[in-house]
Amino acid sequence: MALKSWRELPTGCVVFEPGSASEYHTGSWRSQRPVWNNSKCIKCGICYVYCPEGCVQQTEDGFFQADMDYCKGCGICAHECWPRAISMVEEG
Amino acid sequence: MGKRIGMEVAMAVAEAVGLCNIDMAAVYPITPQSHIAEHLSDLVANGEIDAEFVTVESEHSAMSAVIGASGTGARSYTATSSQGLMYMHELLPIASAMRLPITMAIANRAVSGPLNILNDHSDIMPQRDSGWISIFVENGQEAIDMSIIAFKIAEHKEVMLPVNINIDGFQLTHMVEPFEMPSQEEVNQFLPPFVPHATLHPAKPVTMGAFAMSDYFAEIMKAKNEALKNSKKVIVDVWNEWAKMFGRAYKPVETYMADDAEILMLTMGSMGETAQMAIDELRAKGVKAGLVKLRLWRPFPFEEIKDAVKNAKKLIVTDRAISFGGPGGPVFSEIKSALYAEAQRPLIYDYIYGLGGRDVPVGDFIGMFERVLADTANKLVDTYEFWGVRE
Repeated sequence: MALKSWRELPTGCVVFEPGSASEYHTGSWRSQRPVWNNSKCIKCGICYVYCPEGCVQQTEDGFFQADMDYCKGCGICAHECWPRAISMVEEG
Repeated sequence: MGKRIGMEVAMAVAEAVGLCNIDMAAVYPITPQSHIAEHLSDLVANGEIDAEFVTVESEHSAMSAVIGASGTGARSYTATSSQGLMYMHELLPIASAMRLPITMAIANRAVSGPLNILNDHSDIMPQRDSGWISIFVENGQEAIDMSIIAFKIAEHKEVMLPVNINIDGFQLTHMVEPFEMPSQEEVNQFLPPFVPHATLHPAKPVTMGAFAMSDYFAEIMKAKNEALKNSKKVIVDVWNEWAKMFGRAYKPVETYMADDAEILMLTMGSMGETAQMAIDELRAKGVKAGLVKLRLWRPFPFEEIKDAVKNAKKLIVTDRAISFGGPGGPVFSEIKSALYAEAQRPLIYDYIYGLGGRDVPVGDFIGMFERVLADTANKLVDTYEFWGVRE
């Protein structure tokens, strides 16, 4: 999406399109990503509950994964995961 | 027709706001603004005006409440002073960035410390760069007129910016003055209904005050600056419209006996009236003295200032606040920068005076003129002094 000039901004920068924040992929901020070891995961869902971005989802087989478009790599899921099934791995 | 009345200025300001069909007010009382808060809440409580008066617990909440209300499309009003304004500070640039046409009266009072409740301009000066339109008034009539006019300026579709009206605390707010109060019919005719640029409503969701990073922040700042600069044309148009309707004319920069003056003084706010008496006395003695009154502080009227002082040899700027460790008073540094590139400009002097409510009688203004006239070696040019301070 081409960036707008100052003249093209709506008055007061009001956003008229509901839900358009989803177009902003905050995952670009990430320096580490969470990696799940499903052999240790007990499917308790604490990662899902604690994710401040709401980007952890449950898959059909009951395990969890993060949407990398939005995961900022904060590591809260790994910190909270008491079976230690999540490790934070440096991004390339 | 309006009617001639005598009333305390702060109460009259509340009366004038009461004529403006406001939807809400959130005002936290603070000396010397309290009579605006009290009287406006009386008008609401007595059912004289159909508005919501939100009794907030602080000025931070007052400004937050008017920002939220204005976002819903409500005509919103607040008033404060000194520490209250300082407490609002972090919200002021948000109101202007969101382009919310809030109107606020400031009963100017010295900022602590030490604690002082009396008048100077040290509360408004730190808010200078908040992106608000900032107007100074000289007497009670102007305070009433601007309280009504401000809504029309703020809500103009090419402006959509908050406005603060600076009314010297005590010197103006607590004076009982005679003035002409416009009638409800006249105000209705002058002030159209508020048409917001967007409103918060569940039927049509919008986001106001969204996040912006380095890819957009500079563009947003430029858009805000252009909006504030461009508002001057609308301000002048609305003042002219007021003059046609009510016969009282206002300009960004006003002058008194300035056309042939060799030495000028510049004032803001209520000091203009005392300085004017000093000019009369000096003229009677044969001194070609004149006065420049700066009414519009933001957007700064560069062209009008250049024009007003272009023929003078000396210009005495007066400041009722100080930029500590800086170039003197904030008005002084602004005027110097406005005139810097002019081929022909007066020698500029600065007096910092009337701090914390210290009285400045006519003789003091004459004293400033005499001191500057005696400076034939130009030793005091481009410097500032605290007038009347004990050494």
